[in-house]
Amino acid sequence: MFAPDIILAAVLNGLMTGSVYALIALGLTLVYGVLHIINFAHGATLTAAMFAVYVAHAVFKLDPYIALFIVTPLFFGLGYGVQRFVIGPASHGEDRNILLVTLGLSILIENAMLAIFRSDTRSIDVPYAFSSIDLGFTFLALPRVLAFGVALLVALLLGLLLTRTDTGKAIRAVAREKTGAALAGIDVAHIYAVTFGLGAACVAIAACLLMPTFYVTPRAGNAFVLVAFTIVVLGGMGSIPGALLGALFIGVVESLCGLFFGESLGQIGIFLIFILVLLVRPTGLFGARA
Amino acid sequence: MSTSRAFAPALVLLLLAALIPVFVTANTVLNFIVFTLIIALAAQGWNLLGGLCGQFSFGHAAFFGSGAYAAALLQARYGVNAWAAFTAAIAFAALVGWIIGYLSFRSGLRGSYFALVTLAFAEVFRILANASAFTGGAAGTLIKLDIRPENFQFASRAAFVWIALALVGFTLLLTTAITRSRLGAWFAAVRENEDAARALGVDTLAVKLKAITLSAGITGAAGALYVQYYLYLDANIAYGSWISIEALIAPIIGGIGTPLGPIVGAVTLHGLGELTKLFASGIPGIDLVIYGALLVTAIAFAPDGMMGLLKRLGRGQVTPRTTTPKTTAAKTTTPKTEGAA
Repeated sequence: MFAPDIILAAVLNGLMTGSVYALIALGLTLVYGVLHIINFAHGATLTAAMFAVYVAHAVFKLDPYIALFIVTPLFFGLGYGVQRFVIGPASHGEDRNILLVTLGLSILIENAMLAIFRSDTRSIDVPYAFSSIDLGFTFLALPRVLAFGVALLVALLLGLLLTRTDTGKAIRAVAREKTGAALAGIDVAHIYAVTFGLGAACVAIAACLLMPTFYVTPRAGNAFVLVAFTIVVLGGMGSIPGALLGALFIGVVESLCGLFFGESLGQIGIFLIFILVLLVRPTGLFGARA
Repeated sequence: MSTSRAFAPALVLLLLAALIPVFVTANTVLNFIVFTLIIALAAQGWNLLGGLCGQFSFGHAAFFGSGAYAAALLQARYGVNAWAAFTAAIAFAALVGWIIGYLSFRSGLRGSYFALVTLAFAEVFRILANASAFTGGAAGTLIKLDIRPENFQFASRAAFVWIALALVGFTLLLTTAITRSRLGAWFAAVRENEDAARALGVDTLAVKLKAITLSAGITGAAGALYVQYYLYLDANIAYGSWISIEALIAPIIGGIGTPLGPIVGAVTLHGLGELTKLFASGIPGIDLVIYGALLVTAIAFAPDGMMGLLKRLGRGQVTPRTTTPKTTAAKTTTPKTEGAA
């Protein structure tokens, strides 16, 4: 057995990893909640955002935390444009077509990254990468603590956006009943695109928070997004609190599985949870209320 | 359309393809043909479930890999005769398909949820096969080189072309026969509107199980043929997402739900893939960039794939088919229950 403070440290680390998962899962669940499809290009979008942060640092000498204020609006715009001008028109309003178009986009983006950046593993070098906070019984890496704080802040802002603004109300109206929303004068195509933009912005923020401690390859996004699928299914497709709590839970599970069984089986644990939840309770823990 | 007219053009094409190895002996060409046919076979399997029955799997690697591993391990570990192993591999893949189908369809998984669960199964298999000593782990499994016809190993690649053609041809006939049978009508009913089909007394679970079992068997045969041809297998080949994607894109590009679609799609994709490699060699992933772009373009402009385009050209209609917004009303009222139905 491990000493309690080692387990506590693993739990804290898991929570911090989980907070970044939460950002990625929020984007996925938001798009699912409104468009009722799974965005298979989410992982490729994350990879693209990570490369954007990498380029911002390597070429323009921008710190990831400053790049956040450029990359996030950029990806919001890209997400908006892709949904409005590619996914929307290409899928003729059929759900299964949207699924396939996002899959096609993910293949396209991922391999374009491979063609441009090759399969080398790249990371950026920031002076604070190894700074840490001493809690007495353990050290917490400063970039990860920052990531935790920013992720929770973004989740809060997203919640406020959805409940307090007109755009947010329109998004929720379209999610609930798109025909009714259209009759009430809401531009459904615009709201779809805004939702997609928000989803892309979420992964852009996640990319900025990841890059100080993580590396990027053309396939880096996939590992995160498979975890995000699990979280979204666990929390209930389309549920924002579900995604947040699910992400923190999965982060802790992964960290503890890694501690007790070693890294490779930690991954298996996530997939088994995924399949079990899908088979036993596909609406997830929070989905039934929707 | 009479029966002979439905089968004739396909059979003529296959016979013509069978003549290629008589005139062409270049290994690169024959390699290309065998590989394309293996993909076409895997895609025919996907088409049966996705095209005819409307259940989109994103994890057909689970069946391809199970067939491939069964064929390889039965020979390498238990010394089973290659032909027996090949047959057993098809049965094993079909069984895996039935089990995955039973678990997911019993839970009422459809649409995005079914796509996700198949993806997850393939990924779990990949991680397990990559970690387990039984499958050879990350080092993979080799089949001993022993070139004898009774070992399913041939000195000439032409033999593989013919075997692959026979399998693809058989599946083509099978798919055509199914589309014209009662089973095919049930598949179509489940694809177009599952709830309505059930209301009319179709046992949708049984129908979907038949579709996934057949589908998995066919894709498993592609896996077994792959390992028999290359004599090597590891987890990323067997259960990697590449084959799930190949098996799915080919029918969509070629013409989803049509018997010839997967073959046309595989030939088009790999033809283009080879061409891009020729002109842009040294840029990794560039052929897949084209695949992705083609997938999006096909859905946008040719929802019936190449077969649909050919048909439209044949009829002299060049304007795209206006896609009716199918059952939008029915879908918007029940989107939340999609997974739990």
